[in-house]
Amino acid sequence: MNPETKTPLVRLAKREAMEPWKAWCIRIGSILLALVLGGLLIAALGKNPLAAYGTILDGSLGRASALRQTAKIAIPLLGTALAIAPCFKMRFWNIGAEGQITAGAIAASYFALFWVDKVPSALLLVIMGLSGALAGGLWALIPAFFKARWNTNETLFTLMMNYIIIGVVRWLQGGPWEGRPGSQIIPQFDSAACLPKVFGVHCGWIIVLILVVFIYIYMRYTKHGYEIAVIGDSVNTARYAGMNVGRVIMRTMFLSGAISGLVGFIVASGADNTLHDGVAAGVGFTAITVAWLAQLNPFAMIAISGMLAILSKGADTLHTRMDVPASISDIITGMLLFCMLGCEFFINYRLIFRGGKSSPEAPDGKEAVKHA
Amino acid sequence: METVCAIEMRNITKRFGSVTANDHINFRLNRGEILALLGENGSGKTTLMNMLSGIYFPDEGEIFVNGKPVSIRSPKDAYDNGIGMIHQHYKLVDVFTAAENIVLGLHESGRLDIKAVNEKVRAICEKYGFDIDPTQKIYDMSVSQKQTVEIVKVLYRGADILILDEPTAVLTPQETEKLFSILRSMKADGKAIVIITHKLHEVMELSDRVAVLRKGASIGTVATCETSPQALTDMMVGHAVTLNIQRPQYEHPEKRLELQGITCFDAEGVKKLDDVSFTAMGGEILGIAGIAGSGQKELLEAIAGLYPVASGSIRYSPAGREPSDLVGKTPMQIKKAGVAMAFVPEDRLGMGLVGSMGMTGNMMLRSWRKGKGAFVNSRDPNELARQVWKELDVVTPSTEFPVRRMSGGNVQKVLVGREIASAPSVLMTAYAVRGLDINTSYTIYNLLTEQKMKGVAVIFVGEDLDVLLELCDRILVLCGGKVSGVVDGRTASKEEIGLLMTRVGGKEAE
Repeated sequence: MNPETKTPLVRLAKREAMEPWKAWCIRIGSILLALVLGGLLIAALGKNPLAAYGTILDGSLGRASALRQTAKIAIPLLGTALAIAPCFKMRFWNIGAEGQITAGAIAASYFALFWVDKVPSALLLVIMGLSGALAGGLWALIPAFFKARWNTNETLFTLMMNYIIIGVVRWLQGGPWEGRPGSQIIPQFDSAACLPKVFGVHCGWIIVLILVVFIYIYMRYTKHGYEIAVIGDSVNTARYAGMNVGRVIMRTMFLSGAISGLVGFIVASGADNTLHDGVAAGVGFTAITVAWLAQLNPFAMIAISGMLAILSKGADTLHTRMDVPASISDIITGMLLFCMLGCEFFINYRLIFRGGKSSPEAPDGKEAVKHA
Repeated sequence: METVCAIEMRNITKRFGSVTANDHINFRLNRGEILALLGENGSGKTTLMNMLSGIYFPDEGEIFVNGKPVSIRSPKDAYDNGIGMIHQHYKLVDVFTAAENIVLGLHESGRLDIKAVNEKVRAICEKYGFDIDPTQKIYDMSVSQKQTVEIVKVLYRGADILILDEPTAVLTPQETEKLFSILRSMKADGKAIVIITHKLHEVMELSDRVAVLRKGASIGTVATCETSPQALTDMMVGHAVTLNIQRPQYEHPEKRLELQGITCFDAEGVKKLDDVSFTAMGGEILGIAGIAGSGQKELLEAIAGLYPVASGSIRYSPAGREPSDLVGKTPMQIKKAGVAMAFVPEDRLGMGLVGSMGMTGNMMLRSWRKGKGAFVNSRDPNELARQVWKELDVVTPSTEFPVRRMSGGNVQKVLVGREIASAPSVLMTAYAVRGLDINTSYTIYNLLTEQKMKGVAVIFVGEDLDVLLELCDRILVLCGGKVSGVVDGRTASKEEIGLLMTRVGGKEAE
């Protein structure tokens, strides 16, 4: 190579589509890398990394009771990820799932608190579920309407709506729905208003698994799903094809909010047995990560939400058994997400280093002779 | 005269994924000459030049400037070597003046003395006969003025090797003539000029030598005076193609679409169409000519129900039925009213197709609502996709391969194939052959003529006047949103249309 000509040290080149098995190898590799990095961190704290990981697994999956706890964490995550998937496919950035969960929980709680004597338990639960879905859907419809009508920014709008509805819960807690005066707590639901348990976990898990199949079919095989995919790709194409974009936006947001509302009902009735301002507990945001990591595939969401639940539950055990701060688990989760999202870059691009294969060396010399 | 080599590229190879855009290309440019780099779209012309201007870095090969090997890693390196490129899409800041754009990105020490810059810009303009005011803002300028700013920008940086990527694509014939005389005076000044083009008559008129690329390989370099358009076409395409487009006459043309006083405004309230009236006949191809942005896009979208119409009427007269007015109807209402309208929009992936979907999903765009129930019928679209795939020779691994990753010509085949398959009575196309190679272009022309002979009213918005004159029965010329004339495609001349495009014919100039 001529000494005067220097190629840049690193260059990027876009890859052709990578074979799926190779892509999955990279993804698995990135998870392993995150675990190694996390292990170094644990070792730096003077603990045995392998033992720590063992504790995480044992604490989240080892015993039946631990497993049930983990499932309880995974249920709302999975349900909410399913809820936001259609919106994200449409490139409508609904980050208001938190509020939509809360709205659903409020509506369900109303019937749990005040209708418990009026109707039998099974009917009460159905009413709670439906009202939760309706409330979540209507709450989501507000930003969708403004988006469809005046093209407002849905990201800010849905985010702000979260704080409003959580404020409403605080008001209910301290005001009309307060249990013992001064307690700032809404009383526990009557057992008739609590979701029955199946295999020791409230039956919300059955509902979300049904939703997995429903969303998969809805997105892939229905006219609605087709409209959502076209709008997500290009609004102009959708208009060209005669779609009523505003109506599809509102309909999809209603569906998304309704599923979030249903999750709100599941959490309030199945897990918490009451309503409080932390009912959504950040699930609405974590679910965005779940949905993206799963690339909006409902079945992949089961695995991702399960993995995050294992880390979250395992962290508690790690804290109690090995005296490792619980925040370490958050750091490991963060590393995991970073590596998993970062690896998509290497799936789409490859790096060419100076002096790599493609620099003009011997073989090209021969080529040059041929061409001359 | 002794020739001095300005640039030499040896064995240049550039790959994008599995596509080899440039395959061991050798290229030589002399001082004081205009070299035309000729090739069909996708033959690697722009890629090759982008490696000189520092946009891409070659995977293999060497570049010599003035006989010395150089490494061009950024546009700045290119300028340091005296190479300047005027891109097809201008890279100017709208709210800045010409002079501000010209010095943008230069790292000169000390305070910016805009007055001195203005003076220097004026001096350059005077030397070569440019007609721009350094203090004018870009948003006030015409396309040709913006191009001039780009050229001055390059000269200001001291470039003596100029590369122009399809400079005439957006110019009127008169503006083109002016550009050519400027390029000739720069050539006389000893500068080396490359002009990328696929318009043969420009090559013949302007260049000294022609380098021809085909499918990423260099086919050869010839002196312009020793070659002919036919010989160049053969080099470009690889085998002889006839330049004739068939234009049969349809026996019984009948009124299909009648526009009366159509006026439209964009979101900012700017008048885009001004009192446009014309009639499109079934069994005829109506060409629409005009400088880019004269209202062509708005006109077609208004007919399709995608652009709001402020006033006027669009009467659609189907064969043997009562006419109806389309103004104020949405695309779905137009469809439901029984109007068989097909539309190939300019923005293929942004409006006509769904880039992330395969052919099947894109065929569905016309039929997705059909059938009862909540589920889409994907069997019929898949069959249609296979049919289009076979009949139009679309190159794609499968009917599910995302159209975004197909080449431009195949994308257009998918779009045109779908629209024609809908058995339209009105077929509108905007820049149907833009970016397509000659063979695909002729496939499209033949398809349109076939539709015409079926009695379809074809509206063809085009930019190449030669094609418009060979393909269309009548040509309507738009200028600034107004109809400046309608001419007969069989008798009109290019100059006549060129004048109408700038409204010089009959009416006063702007």
